Amino acid sequence: MSAHAETMHHGPAKGFSRWILTTNHKDIGTLYLVFSLIMLFIGGTMAFVIRAELFQPGLQLVMPEFFNQMTTMHGLIMIFGAVMPAFVGLANWQVPLMIGAPDMALPRLNNFSFWILPFAFAMLLSTLFMPGGAPDFGWTFYAPLSTTYAPPSVTFFVFAVHMMGISSILGAINVIVTIFNMRAPGMKMMDLPLFVWSWLITAFLLIAVMPVLAAVVTMVLMDVHFGTSFFSAAGGGDPVLFQHVFWFFAHPEVYIMVLPAFGVISEIIPTFARKPLFGYRAMVLATVAIAFLSFIVWAHHMFTVGMPLAGELFFMYTTMLIAVPTGVKVFNWISTMFKGSMTFETPMLFAIAFIVLFTIGGLSGLMLAIAPADFQYHDTYFVVAHFHYVLVPGSVFGIIAAVYYWLPKWSGKMYDEKLGQWHFWLSFIGVNLTFFPMHFVGLAGMPRRIPDYALQFADFNMLTSLGAFLFGTTQLLFVYILIKTVRSGKKAEQLPWEGARGLEWSVPTPAPYHTFTTPPDLERK
Amino acid sequence: MAQHSAYYVPPQSHWPIIGAVGLFLTLGGAAALIYSLQQESDSLLAQIMLNSGALILAGMMIGWFAAVIAESRQGLYSAQMDRSFRYGMSWFIFSEVMFFFAFFGVLFYIRVFAVPWLDGEGDKGLASMLWPQFQASWPLMQAPNPDQFPPIREVINPWHIPLINTVLLVGSSFTLLAAHKALKREDRPKLKGWLGLTIVLGLTFLGLQIYEYIHAYTELDLTLKSGIYGATFFMLTGFHGAHVTIGSIILLVLLFRVFQGHFTPDKHFGFEAGAWYWHFVDVVWIFLFTTVYLL
Repeated sequence: MSAHAETMHHGPAKGFSRWILTTNHKDIGTLYLVFSLIMLFIGGTMAFVIRAELFQPGLQLVMPEFFNQMTTMHGLIMIFGAVMPAFVGLANWQVPLMIGAPDMALPRLNNFSFWILPFAFAMLLSTLFMPGGAPDFGWTFYAPLSTTYAPPSVTFFVFAVHMMGISSILGAINVIVTIFNMRAPGMKMMDLPLFVWSWLITAFLLIAVMPVLAAVVTMVLMDVHFGTSFFSAAGGGDPVLFQHVFWFFAHPEVYIMVLPAFGVISEIIPTFARKPLFGYRAMVLATVAIAFLSFIVWAHHMFTVGMPLAGELFFMYTTMLIAVPTGVKVFNWISTMFKGSMTFETPMLFAIAFIVLFTIGGLSGLMLAIAPADFQYHDTYFVVAHFHYVLVPGSVFGIIAAVYYWLPKWSGKMYDEKLGQWHFWLSFIGVNLTFFPMHFVGLAGMPRRIPDYALQFADFNMLTSLGAFLFGTTQLLFVYILIKTVRSGKKAEQLPWEGARGLEWSVPTPAPYHTFTTPPDLERK
Repeated sequence: MAQHSAYYVPPQSHWPIIGAVGLFLTLGGAAALIYSLQQESDSLLAQIMLNSGALILAGMMIGWFAAVIAESRQGLYSAQMDRSFRYGMSWFIFSEVMFFFAFFGVLFYIRVFAVPWLDGEGDKGLASMLWPQFQASWPLMQAPNPDQFPPIREVINPWHIPLINTVLLVGSSFTLLAAHKALKREDRPKLKGWLGLTIVLGLTFLGLQIYEYIHAYTELDLTLKSGIYGATFFMLTGFHGAHVTIGSIILLVLLFRVFQGHFTPDKHFGFEAGAWYWHFVDVVWIFLFTTVYLL
């Protein structure tokens, strides 16, 4: 037993093998977060190409074919490479710390989940150099664009998506088992921090819908290579069927990308308002309700495709219902801040911006939910504005807020608050300058996924491009802040935020390599 | 939750990275192989990738599982660890359920909406303008465009091989149950017998399934390319068959371990996980037999 205890308490292995062979949730969390940051810049570079081409009307820089590859790869990389791995990284770092567990439940599987990802994205990115180019059918890969009219590289796209799916499912199984089985003695489900709760539900969604994605890409592969007719009406199939199966995956996927951010915000707001979270139970129930509804709203992405009227109405009303639990969440965050002794450190700024800007994205979502109105908005820049408002100042701000919030505990160093404030304000201005004008050009009828546009959209597009350049370069400042913190930051205190509660703050700063090898006794207090 | 302090966190392991490389080579090789067949280019490198990847994956699984079994037999695993494995396997099977759910959903949509619409029925019957001579039926013997998707002569008779296969597979669930009971009674000879019989039933099922496929391709003109009926038929039965194959391999490994003297009456999670998987495959077949063959 003593030899065993020794292996439990040793520090990290030396050299590069530490990162490849590790079973430590903190190492794997760091790997996920660094990988996600690299992907953010690769996907961001593609957005840069897109916005440079759209800076002025007319074709200046790239051919339309390459433009389509950029929009497709930008979407795929940001969703599967940047946002999802970042949240898995946060889960890896935080879930064991927040529930008092020694590690994730299945540590080797955890390492496997991560190391599949670099290979998957190597495969996906290699398609850029193939004859016929990378996938160019949009991240939604609608049939027949991805079947009859697809570039040959679609085959590699399919297998890359399979690898991402395997990684996500295994990662989600690990999170869900950890939360159910590894809680410190005495920690009941309704004692779980909200970040953990939202990840539990996210993991459930992942396990439920990633296999559906695997099924739909498999059918695409079969239609392309093996003569099946799932998505070809000539054989009795239906291209609309593709959209149904795809969105049955992709709508819950949208919540997969935002529920963990809800969890982060629900941790940060009480800390900096110095008040407990308002309506914990309602927050948990609202998250469960959102997850449930996410399974019965998928066809609101397809209002214009030609569905029976009953379908249009059903999906319109269920979609609008989502506003209720989401509204509960926004209400509770605001009520938590109400009469709190608030301070505005960088994580709090990002969290408050999250609430305001995510709500804007939610409201434009309500507009899109109205089926008759959607016929005007569909496939315009209004949709692009909507989902970027929920994904960038939503998910991405949530991730950035989480990093600033927990970085002192992870690294033992404090970031430069002044630079953090700069980072926030430049990001805030950049994000709004980028995405707010898209609402206007979209409502006026500018279609998405085009490299050229009519002259009347020129001014707003230039503003958007300027905002995008500002937002993109600002993230270099983020990298600088992170490196500066880790290398030469001021030493952080045990409890860097005076209002912070929760088990993760009870461990020393920086968090030792192994924590809670003996579980904390919660019943004693 | 009492034995928290005994939760075994394994040291560094090389199996995950070997698995990731193996998975990459296998899937990348498969993609490259299909790609080169389509482009009619040389596929030697792709074949090397695919085969070496599959070997690496197999080696990884043997090595990884062997490591886990060794740790378990050293007594490193607490009751809590046992629960982690149980929960993990249950959620993995749930993900498999969702995979099949998608294909059953496709079958439902095709039969209830897409095919009748192509014949002018229902809300979106306007689709019949595409192929005015098309007549809906199920099984769909003739696709709207028979030049691209040649017609089926005949479909599989559910009361022959599929019925036999149903009896075999449902029976194998019961023989596996008997094996489990024998294991709990520490009746090793019966355990070996019932488990062996389960594997024989599973392999017979697979043999008959292969025979049925050959029959369909050579005599019935029922192929992957014969329109949506062939597509759904082969995808559903094919993925199920793949799972029976995986399940049979799992059971063979279990039988090997039984002969090695593994498993005790109160500690045999590996056996239970394999059994869960087998029962899951059986349940999927019952849905398949009713919705694909019978209805």
